[in-house]
Amino acid sequence: MSAMNANNKEALLRVDDLVMHFPIYRGVIQRQVGAVRAVDGVTFDVKRGETLGLVGESGCGKSTTGRTILQLYRPTSGSVHFEDVDLVHLKGEDLRKMRRKMQMIFQDPYASLNPRMTVADIVGEPLMVHSVATGKEIQDRVQHLLEVVNLNPSFASRYPHEFSGGQRQRIGVARALALQPSFIVCDEPISALDVSIQAQVVNLLEELQQQFNLTYLFIAHDLSMAKHISVRFAVMYLGVLVELTTRNELYSKPLHPYTQALLSAVPIPDPVADAKRQRTILKGDVPSPANPPSGCRFRTRCPIAAEVCSQSRPEFREIKPGHFVACFFAEKFL
Amino acid sequence: MPDFILDVQGLETTFKTPEGVVHAVNGVSFGLAEGETLGVVGESGCGKSVTMLSVLGLIQSPPGKVTAGKAIFSGQDLIKMSREEIRHVRGAQISMIFQDPMTSLNPVLTIGRQLEEPLLLHIGMTKKQARERAAELLSMVGIPNAKDRLNDYPHQYSGGMRQRVMIAMALSCSPQILIADEPTTALDVTIQAQIMDLVKRLRDELGMAIIWITHDLGVVAGLAQRVLVMYGGLIIEEAPVRELYANPEHPYTIGLLGSLPRVDEKERTKLYSIEGQPPILYQKPNACPFAPRCKWVMEHCWNENPPLMDVGPDHRAACWADTKTGRHR
Repeated sequence: MSAMNANNKEALLRVDDLVMHFPIYRGVIQRQVGAVRAVDGVTFDVKRGETLGLVGESGCGKSTTGRTILQLYRPTSGSVHFEDVDLVHLKGEDLRKMRRKMQMIFQDPYASLNPRMTVADIVGEPLMVHSVATGKEIQDRVQHLLEVVNLNPSFASRYPHEFSGGQRQRIGVARALALQPSFIVCDEPISALDVSIQAQVVNLLEELQQQFNLTYLFIAHDLSMAKHISVRFAVMYLGVLVELTTRNELYSKPLHPYTQALLSAVPIPDPVADAKRQRTILKGDVPSPANPPSGCRFRTRCPIAAEVCSQSRPEFREIKPGHFVACFFAEKFL
Repeated sequence: MPDFILDVQGLETTFKTPEGVVHAVNGVSFGLAEGETLGVVGESGCGKSVTMLSVLGLIQSPPGKVTAGKAIFSGQDLIKMSREEIRHVRGAQISMIFQDPMTSLNPVLTIGRQLEEPLLLHIGMTKKQARERAAELLSMVGIPNAKDRLNDYPHQYSGGMRQRVMIAMALSCSPQILIADEPTTALDVTIQAQIMDLVKRLRDELGMAIIWITHDLGVVAGLAQRVLVMYGGLIIEEAPVRELYANPEHPYTIGLLGSLPRVDEKERTKLYSIEGQPPILYQKPNACPFAPRCKWVMEHCWNENPPLMDVGPDHRAACWADTKTGRHR
């Protein structure tokens, strides 16, 4: 697997066999009885200036992956290299320095802003914490950042509750930009917003990417929006990646049965096109990550599962240049 | 004009809040034909849910109040009915499923008990009959080992299964109308596809009319025959489903469709975005509520709220501007 990363010099971020298990404790003496395998061996890279979409359904581990990359959770095993620095073994001041370059935009604009702080304090806090600016300088920077995200700079003294969802998400974006990062994890930044507001925020993210040469990891469960913004796509299911490729390839030729089902389940806002297409409707629900199926994680819902799928875990392999898939039968769909 | 089984005329609903009286529904009129699937689309706060809750007498008063309008069902006005009278309609002839399957089931009662309740209340079945029917209903909505699973509690079911239970419960008394308020919004896409598939199958088998409330234009495209688009407590466009997606007339509908990325889009294009945000109406709108966000806005829009006007076959839009030419209609 590291071969995939080694020949990829322009990668800004390399994630290698990342594992994040959350222990489950039970009983009076709080013995560990198991683990929620939220992320269970994930390998991919993100190139400088690109947007990688990480998609999957709730509970598949996509948000955990994003947070583990930023070392908000310390991984159980595996490595995360950012600009060729291994983040997993960084501590203290060294890690703090790296954090300036990596920021996050959160899903819920109502929960991710402190209601007792003014917008100026929220957006200025990272500058203060990392002591890159002081006093008047912070004020100027905040004003500028608000302009960048198309908010009126005179709103700086207001509190979050005075803003709508879309405006709050802009405040979150301004905060993420404060330290001039090169990499931003966007964790479902638009799913809490109304449809007409979603487009505003996505357009803003795209403009900012061009303006500041940002690299995004765009986490989403909404495939159509992720597809719109991403250059490459990783599809996750129950803690593992099942497919990784470019957006066009993924749409025109999805090779993993889960990706196929996921794509066909997305409603298309066009009754004519919707009536024409083939649908794969999956049976059952996603199993618990505390007790995932043996072998291939998807086999319990897979329409083409065979004996071998329960016996061993399919390797995440490069089936053609740049197209990775974890399925024994991927050749079938080539 | 076809015969409507539900005919809503001039419905208005307000809510008292500390900030003032919010006018949530401002004169909504629509009809529902027998066996028809009607999609109601709009963003949060546009009044789509409140409209349906008003029709079913489910607006809590105070703070809410249905201030005007009627809703004729089987020759009777639902709005004028007493609480006791409407209880016999609700759940029996018109039933409703809600967005959140986690909170609409009682966590301390078994699934079986909750499924039996409407059968005992509305149809007057015996306990034994109700039990059997409950098992039938549960297997009808695709839950395996239905008989055994009647004894389970809601927490033992997944989100998708709970929504199936809600559907089973709503259909238990063979209603003429099913009102579904964003029933798939809380679910994952693959589970959403399962539920939509189920609803389509049951609709064809049982022939009830459906009102499907959603913010997702994609969901409606594959399900509804006719669509109402709501904004600011008003219906601003109404058309058969194919017509609406092919020839949207109202600037809001055009914007909404343009702001959606499509999973089948080939080229990446910049999304059309509607600037600004939906209004909160502290008074009944006397101008077009969409005017502040509209590209086609003209003098007239600020002075008079446009009524629904015929713009094509079975197609009506509430806009003074002809969006094709940019001129006044």
